[in-house]
Amino acid sequence: MSIRLEHVDYIYEDNSNQKNYALKDVNLEINPGEFIGIAGHTGSGKSTLIQHFNGLMQPTNGNVYFDGKNIYENDFDLRGLRGKVGICFQYPEHQLFEVTILDDVCFGPMNFGKTREEAEIIAKKALLDVGMSEEMLQKSPFELSGGQKRRVAIAGILAMEPEYFILDEPTAGLDPVGRGQILNLLKRLHETKKMTIIFVSHSMEDVASYVQRMIVMNHGEVLFDGDKREVFSHQKELEEVGLSVPFYRYLAEDLNQRGFTVSKDILTMEEAKEAILKVLRKKR
Amino acid sequence: MLKDITIGQYYKTDSMIHRLDPRVKLFGTLVYVVTLFLHKSPVSYVMSLLFLIAVIGISKVPVKFIVRGLKAVAVILVFSVGINIFFIPGEPLVKIGVLRISRAGIKTAVYLGSRLIMLVLGTSLLTFTTTPNELTDGLDKSLGFFNKIKIPVHEIAMMMSIALRFIPILTEELDKIMKAQTARGIDFESGGLLKRMKSMVPIIVPLFVAAVRRANDLALAMESRCYHGGQGRTKMKPLIYETRDFIAYLILLVFLAAMIYLGFFSPWR
Repeated sequence: MSIRLEHVDYIYEDNSNQKNYALKDVNLEINPGEFIGIAGHTGSGKSTLIQHFNGLMQPTNGNVYFDGKNIYENDFDLRGLRGKVGICFQYPEHQLFEVTILDDVCFGPMNFGKTREEAEIIAKKALLDVGMSEEMLQKSPFELSGGQKRRVAIAGILAMEPEYFILDEPTAGLDPVGRGQILNLLKRLHETKKMTIIFVSHSMEDVASYVQRMIVMNHGEVLFDGDKREVFSHQKELEEVGLSVPFYRYLAEDLNQRGFTVSKDILTMEEAKEAILKVLRKKR
Repeated sequence: MLKDITIGQYYKTDSMIHRLDPRVKLFGTLVYVVTLFLHKSPVSYVMSLLFLIAVIGISKVPVKFIVRGLKAVAVILVFSVGINIFFIPGEPLVKIGVLRISRAGIKTAVYLGSRLIMLVLGTSLLTFTTTPNELTDGLDKSLGFFNKIKIPVHEIAMMMSIALRFIPILTEELDKIMKAQTARGIDFESGGLLKRMKSMVPIIVPLFVAAVRRANDLALAMESRCYHGGQGRTKMKPLIYETRDFIAYLILLVFLAAMIYLGFFSPWR
């Protein structure tokens, strides 16, 4: 049970017929129950990569396997796969089209064979999960604010009840409250429903505080893939490819330079708090 | 498939054609299109084709890129050629059931087909080698006399170049929306005509919303840079003819004269 990419290349030709690798020899295995963050600078192939997970993009070379079956074999049910691997694209609010919010969220499940009644029950639940209230459901999605639209669009994918939930920069352009809500929703889905979550993010702090495994892309290749603590220990390499480590790590470094021996292996605010308090207690 | 829409796109490279004054290129396109419709004999077709090949060669736009634009009009092409082959009356050469193909039909179809192909290739060359800005400036200046009869030339030229600029933006947007809805399990393939048309709604609505949003953003961006139409607007790069432009005009006039001769006076008419 997994999504497996083997030696995947994705090559595209630009206007001057130059061959460009958007992905180069990517080998990955996504196992059920994981919580994964994908990082990389702009144009490093993150978005191309996630579109290979549900067959929206076909690799130029290499194979993609879902539960051990090659998804490009003739008898493979590609549409069924898209129900199991839900992808929420960047700025998903731009895909809303229905008259009411509820109708829009029902669109996904009904495409995958649910009746209207079943779809409504799932859709309502998904909408409540993302923090929309009951009385909003009959409103037009175009009346909402940007952040609300985003949450409705995410509910639209969630209502498909995917086994793998993939999000491309779900928090881009949101205020801190909106970010927190969405990231906490993902955490909850992972913990209570055992959903596999993969999200692409530019924020190292978000990645550090939510995910377990981290994949770093650089020029279409997988640079690092492993436990987030292990990946973030490669501070120099990460900085070289235009990324950084979480703010709290820099803070620890700074404190060390000023004579406080704080542990440098901290990633989140919680850990930073603990580490700093520990040092302060010793001082007293 | 969406990548095939190259109509109205600019191909960035440096060539003699790219450096020509946009007014020359507009005039050239006009001459070329007019002469296409003066064709009467195979000789004039060959002339037009040679001219087109020469210009494409000088323009350094890859042939592959230019030909890709033909795919977008392939349906119209096949349709009109097909109609001509089968419905031009004459002595039938081949009979397939009720369908008859006559010698006259084949002749007309070949002429029409090549004329259409040359028309699309020739005109798309204008936008391949001219940026939307240059195009606006060129139209603005060469059609300036229409201002005298109260036709807002600048505004029309601006709208046209914005429309051209929006083609790639909207195809990109369309591509994104189609992918997003495919990920939500939309089914384009199955069902009758009505059901298939209904399945386009999730694509069309967001595309319209996107178009309006983009237009709104652009209007705002233009206004915040104090754009208020053509009145009293000065140019950073005013259009000035250079020697090469006059040479190009001369070549175009010779070409026009030759085509008129071939069309009306030559023995091969």
